[in-house]
Amino acid sequence: MTSYRLNQGGLVDRATTLDFTFDGRSFTGHAGDTLASALLANGQRLVGRSFKYHRPRGILTAGAAEPNALMTIGSGGRTEPNTRATMQELYAGLEAVSQNRWPSLDRDVGALNSLLSPFLGAGFYYKTFMWPAAFWEKLYEPFIRKAAGLGRATYEADPDAYEKVWAHCDLLVVGSGPAGLSSALTAGRAGLRVILADEHHALGGSLLSETAVIDGVSAPEFSARCVEELRSLPNVRLLPRTTVLGWFDSNVFGALERVQKHVAVPAANRPVERFWRIAAKHAILATGAEERPLVFGGNDTPGVMTATAMRSYLNRFGVAPGKKVAIFTTNNSGYALGSDLESAGVALTAIIDSRADGPAYSGQARIIRNAVVTDAFGGKSLTSIRIKHDGRFETMDVDALGMSGGFSPVIHLALHRGGKAQWSDERAAFLAPDDLKGIALAGSVTGAGNIAESVAQGSTQAAGLASMMGKSAAAMSASVEGEMENRPSRPLWFIPDVIGKAFVDFQNDVHRADLKLAAQEGYGHVELAKRYTTNGMATDQGKLSNVNAIGLLAQARGLSPAEVGTTTFRPFYTPVSFGALSGASKGKHFQPVRKSPLHDWAAKHGAVFVDTGLWYRSAWFPREGETAWRESVDREVLNVRSNAGLCDVSMLGKIEITGRDATTFVDRVYANGFAKLPVGKARYGLMLREDGMIYDDGTTSRLGENRYYMTTTTAYAAPVMSHLEFCAQALWPELDVRLASVTDQWAQMAIAGPKARTILQGIVDEDISEAAFGFLAAREVSLFGGKLTGMLFRISFSGELAYEIAVPAGYGESVADALMALGEPHGICAYGVEALGVMRVEKGFITHSEINGTVTPADVGLGKMVSRTKQDFIGKQMLSREGLSHPSRLRLAGVMPLDPAHTFKGGAHILSKGAEATLENDQGYVTSYAWSPTLQSPIALALIVNGPDRHGEEVVVWNGLLNEFTPARICDPVFFDPANEKLHA
Amino acid sequence: MASLITCPHCGQRPKEEFAIKGAALARPAPDAPQGEWYDYVFLRTNPRGRYEEYWHHVSGCRRWLVVTRDTASHAVEDCRDAAERAPT
Ligand SMILES: [Zn+2]
Repeated sequence: MTSYRLNQGGLVDRATTLDFTFDGRSFTGHAGDTLASALLANGQRLVGRSFKYHRPRGILTAGAAEPNALMTIGSGGRTEPNTRATMQELYAGLEAVSQNRWPSLDRDVGALNSLLSPFLGAGFYYKTFMWPAAFWEKLYEPFIRKAAGLGRATYEADPDAYEKVWAHCDLLVVGSGPAGLSSALTAGRAGLRVILADEHHALGGSLLSETAVIDGVSAPEFSARCVEELRSLPNVRLLPRTTVLGWFDSNVFGALERVQKHVAVPAANRPVERFWRIAAKHAILATGAEERPLVFGGNDTPGVMTATAMRSYLNRFGVAPGKKVAIFTTNNSGYALGSDLESAGVALTAIIDSRADGPAYSGQARIIRNAVVTDAFGGKSLTSIRIKHDGRFETMDVDALGMSGGFSPVIHLALHRGGKAQWSDERAAFLAPDDLKGIALAGSVTGAGNIAESVAQGSTQAAGLASMMGKSAAAMSASVEGEMENRPSRPLWFIPDVIGKAFVDFQNDVHRADLKLAAQEGYGHVELAKRYTTNGMATDQGKLSNVNAIGLLAQARGLSPAEVGTTTFRPFYTPVSFGALSGASKGKHFQPVRKSPLHDWAAKHGAVFVDTGLWYRSAWFPREGETAWRESVDREVLNVRSNAGLCDVSMLGKIEITGRDATTFVDRVYANGFAKLPVGKARYGLMLREDGMIYDDGTTSRLGENRYYMTTTTAYAAPVMSHLEFCAQALWPELDVRLASVTDQWAQMAIAGPKARTILQGIVDEDISEAAFGFLAAREVSLFGGKLTGMLFRISFSGELAYEIAVPAGYGESVADALMALGEPHGICAYGVEALGVMRVEKGFITHSEINGTVTPADVGLGKMVSRTKQDFIGKQMLSREGLSHPSRLRLAGVMPLDPAHTFKGGAHILSKGAEATLENDQGYVTSYAWSPTLQSPIALALIVNGPDRHGEEVVVWNGLLNEFTPARICDPVFFDPANEKLHA
Repeated sequence: MASLITCPHCGQRPKEEFAIKGAALARPAPDAPQGEWYDYVFLRTNPRGRYEEYWHHVSGCRRWLVVTRDTASHAVEDCRDAAERAPT
């Protein structure tokens, strides 16, 4: 393979050779190379296959807009598809694989699509795949999926770390070319806090590829000196390898820093990518301009690239584009390239200029004016071009062609907040609007500017901002020699006499005829044409193609580009990995692991833990010989019902409510009355939403005249706290009330079962007999002979004689240990949330399985609780809507299978006996299901049409997923001890 | 959605610290006609432009705020403690 690396020149470190592979073949490059420059240096032109027609494609650009050279980098969990070879820094051991080809890049079967191209034109999705519908699943979809070939994501987990950070600055400068460097220097010298970001790994932007002499030194040297000074300023932060990709409100910018994408094995203590959010007082966009391709036949042949890219490979990387080069240009950019090629000793055959009046040129190359390239030939590598000039055609043998259709300022960021691009006839480009706030533009992004102008513009903008912020700044200028005189190009949208496919959007294989067709078929509006042809979609979002497409649409419709307008510019400027967006929030770091203060106690007793919402909860406590979870749960239930058990209920939400108006407040947030709750008593409370549906439930105890201790369900602890704060602050700020979440402050345990009192009395100093501490008693108690103060509540979620005791969190484990020791002779066991759940279903108590946002108090049999006398409470007004008391509403009932050997599942639907399983016949659904060891039968709670009036009715429980029909009977939802005799025992 | 919110108690903070409840509407009097309540609970305007919303500084001072912002540009015009400013 021929080397195209020149013997000298460029900024690569020739002393450092790096080995890498492409499609399994070994290559070498140098430090400072991009993957693209290294491949070109090795003569590897064919780098990918196109999306639709699988045409051979080569490297077209030297930057972020690259549509062709998309590769999969890395292996295993580090596999990253669609990496632009033009942006990927070369490193030793890099593994790159081409995409969208099978079986190999060189011999690709998909290229047959080219033969089908008459059927794959614009709108082919809509036309080809319309009918018959039956073809969709078997033919169309597999075809589309196979054709959708932009790389493949790996299924392996990404082993690397990502992070998100905030930064604040006075001035953010985006781009480090001449305008960016002068902005940052001027502001930095004035003492502003400056961040300078550039997407490339080396700072300097276009200066790195420039041969002009600035202030007496080479352009790269000038840039290096500027960077060195910036690095010495403590108030300046330099962010190379950082793409600023979005401009958001509050002048916040999003940026992606590729921290370790240029090493084979990233250091584990640093992220591979860092997502920045930069809150900037002001920003200067010095993002430069993108060179437009020209739309001639075969313009996608490997060996054809933009003139600026060719110049960059030549000057910055010391890589010759070919052995025999031609340039096709509409502006002076082609002459700067031509001059550099000839200086470097590369044979330049001709400069083909579409204009009659190009600049004077002192090189050897033939200058052909008033001429166009109509076609390029060669398949996998350019061999010749066909030129039209003076009314005749000429074929020229060349192996590389640089093209320049003019420049499009990179104004994307300036339009991310809804501004509209303005077409300038003078500049032949879309420019940013004038009325931008918070950002200014400098350099070639303004549509004007040679190097000296860019330096001056950047400096002037920065000095203006500095003085606005009360700092004085000295303006900066540069004297430049040897720069090609810059004149705007004359747009050349349509090239006549083209033979082959002339591509507009390389990445999406949209060619000129597609746009013409779109206009003909009534999809000429720029937004419609985009959807119809797919021009401007996919990973490059039309960076190279959009303006050419607009020019062609304008021509086809007889309009100006200004009248056609652009599609909407949206963040992100370039693709962002999901890893960077999620940052550190993955795996166990997605949310904190919350452990109860009794976690270690439960672990000690062999608990099996389950993730429930935010918490790890002890689900059951298997004992030796128990093999299935149900064995443990059944034993725990029966033991609680016959002896006693201890359950960790610390994860219930706990809120302390104090203040002079605490009583009024509690009375207003609950639907039932609390005004008359005596001190020392607990009450079950129903909290509604303003629409009358149940929001949450729990017990609230009055510990003092103006002090309440509220518990919420575990799941709603945080939402209820926010809701109460809303009520206190926004609805009734006149009430004197204070709220404190004390969930984490208390370890709380339930002691339930006939022997609960005996056991508990062992640690509670005062008398807790039925007479002294009756049902719903709630107060502070002295424990262990005055050593500890806790809160004791005579409440029950199991239907047994039960208490809940709360002690300061740090004492939780000791107290639980003491109770277990005292309870041992009485047969106490630890029980988990599964047994708790079984016992609450046996008692017909509701949880959020039942109060699912569609039920009113009456629906779950608690209608009588709702206060009729209170003037106001949350939900009062909407609850009185007449539809909410209609008998046909789904209401709570119990369900049991006729045969206890039968089971069903939560979510299964209820059908009347003999009714077909249709939506119309649906009678409701099962909300909670359990095996009751007490009743030796499955039991369930369900919401059933008119449920309470249908006790005894035979129904069918239908599981639509398994298509199971289980005969069952509706019954009272309280399956166990309906008279509550055990509770008061 | 606004990127930065200037909480009257905590200063300029990122939006991730806040939770949004929605339109800041005045709660009707308990004895207001049901139609008024119906509007309060269920009816929302969806303007392009100025909009008053309840925001909760969940990961900050935990105060409820009335944020006036532009739904199109996300520019925040005003941010007050809900206790000090009844919805207009
Ligand atoms: Zn705050």
